[in-house]
Amino acid sequence: MKYRSVFDIIGPIMIGPSSSHTAGAARIGRVARTLFDREPKWATISLYGSFAQTYRGHGTDIALIGGLLDFDTYDERIKSSLEIAKDKGIKITFIEEDAITDHPNTARLIIGDDYGQLELVGVSIGGGKIEITELNGFELKLSGNHPAILVVHNDRYGAIASVANILAKHAINIGHMDVSRKEVGQLALMTIETDQNLSKDVLEELKTLPNILQVTKIDD
Amino acid sequence: MFRNVEELVSLAENKGVKIAEIMIQQECNVTNRTREDVMAQMERNLVVMEQAVERGLAGVKSHSGLTGGDAVLLQSYIDEGKFLSGSTILDAVSKAVATNEVNAAMGTICATPTAGSAGVVPGTLFAVKNKLNPSRKEMIEFLFTSGAFGFVIANNASISGAAGGCQAEVGSASGMAAAAIVELAGGSPRQAATAMAITLKNMLGLVCDPVAGLVEVPCVKRNAMGAANAMVAADMALAGITSRIPCDEVIDAMFKIGQMMPNALKETAQGGLAATPTGQQLKAKIFGDSQK
Repeated sequence: MKYRSVFDIIGPIMIGPSSSHTAGAARIGRVARTLFDREPKWATISLYGSFAQTYRGHGTDIALIGGLLDFDTYDERIKSSLEIAKDKGIKITFIEEDAITDHPNTARLIIGDDYGQLELVGVSIGGGKIEITELNGFELKLSGNHPAILVVHNDRYGAIASVANILAKHAINIGHMDVSRKEVGQLALMTIETDQNLSKDVLEELKTLPNILQVTKIDD
Repeated sequence: MFRNVEELVSLAENKGVKIAEIMIQQECNVTNRTREDVMAQMERNLVVMEQAVERGLAGVKSHSGLTGGDAVLLQSYIDEGKFLSGSTILDAVSKAVATNEVNAAMGTICATPTAGSAGVVPGTLFAVKNKLNPSRKEMIEFLFTSGAFGFVIANNASISGAAGGCQAEVGSASGMAAAAIVELAGGSPRQAATAMAITLKNMLGLVCDPVAGLVEVPCVKRNAMGAANAMVAADMALAGITSRIPCDEVIDAMFKIGQMMPNALKETAQGGLAATPTGQQLKAKIFGDSQK
């Protein structure tokens, strides 16, 4: 079941005019910001389907940038996010794509600065709810319903078990997990949704494990 | 976890409680939160809805100038007392319009189930409130009841105009409101399900065709009729009328209709009212030729 909480239906509290094209878009932008862990210097955003056709009318562009600036769905500053981004010197490009995607409300965000970049695909499935379907070329399924960690690791035996062992030691239960890789033996990505939020200590401990390259946390 | 309307109604009947209570208990169980916490969050949503209606009734105007001010016109008309239909239904309509006018003006609203359909549930709630004098707790329960029915639609069909057309947005909102009105008025869980079935049957096939891609024309007036539809369906169910097609099958029909609907009529602003000569002119006036 895609929707688990009554507040997915009655909510979110948000700046209008569209839950999918405004609130959902803001949430996609904000997940990208959280994963990038700092304010990007530039953003190239491709819009597909209904997003591409109606983004100006719905304020989708404003909302995505608002999310990249770490604004929540109800933050009044969303309305002036384009000006705020401009004042901060963030370079923004929007591309209207013609390609057909699985869901009509899809956005691909590539954001970055002098130190790195991040590429993410988000889908706004309705009522403000989103799913992240791709991160840096890895397919994944992140609902945003639960706290989650994303672990980039070498595709080797034992890597997954070692992460699971650390979580078990700290009495953290895994609700959902999937693993994605581009090629056998190269880089892979674990997406782990947990029932409890992870403390900084646990994250640091995970980072010290062999074959674990990067650990990022998303709170619910 | 209830998966469909039949399971939801059976749970309420077997436990001898309201639909709202089933939803509250499920929310606590699924999200591992206390009852107080869950109730408090819903009350915050209620407060946002009240503020949006208040703001809309004071008069707002959207940036495009396409919408705003109709809620005020209707309230003045009601006050004159010359209306033909009825004061409660018109009050519901004006408050639904008020909410969506605020939404169109990029004001703060609570999505129910979406922003484009955010007027129907609060509009009907605040209108029947004057007739039924519910407690604060009962008003919060109204939102849980409508949420429970919306939850079923969202998981079995869709609440996205881009995926299912306006039937999935205003249609869903209207069905949710009808069910909640019935429960607030003292109707049974089964009557609530019937009200939703009757409402949704009359929303099937409704397309999403926003002029210039803005959540304004025809969205605001669709919320008006969504509220009216909900009020009449609730009265029909309370009168003892039943639906020949069970609620779950109506939801399933809505899902399939949404899949068959062409993309031009699913929030792409390419067909329907958006494609009319006037719709095109308005778009050109608002955006120039810069947007496809």
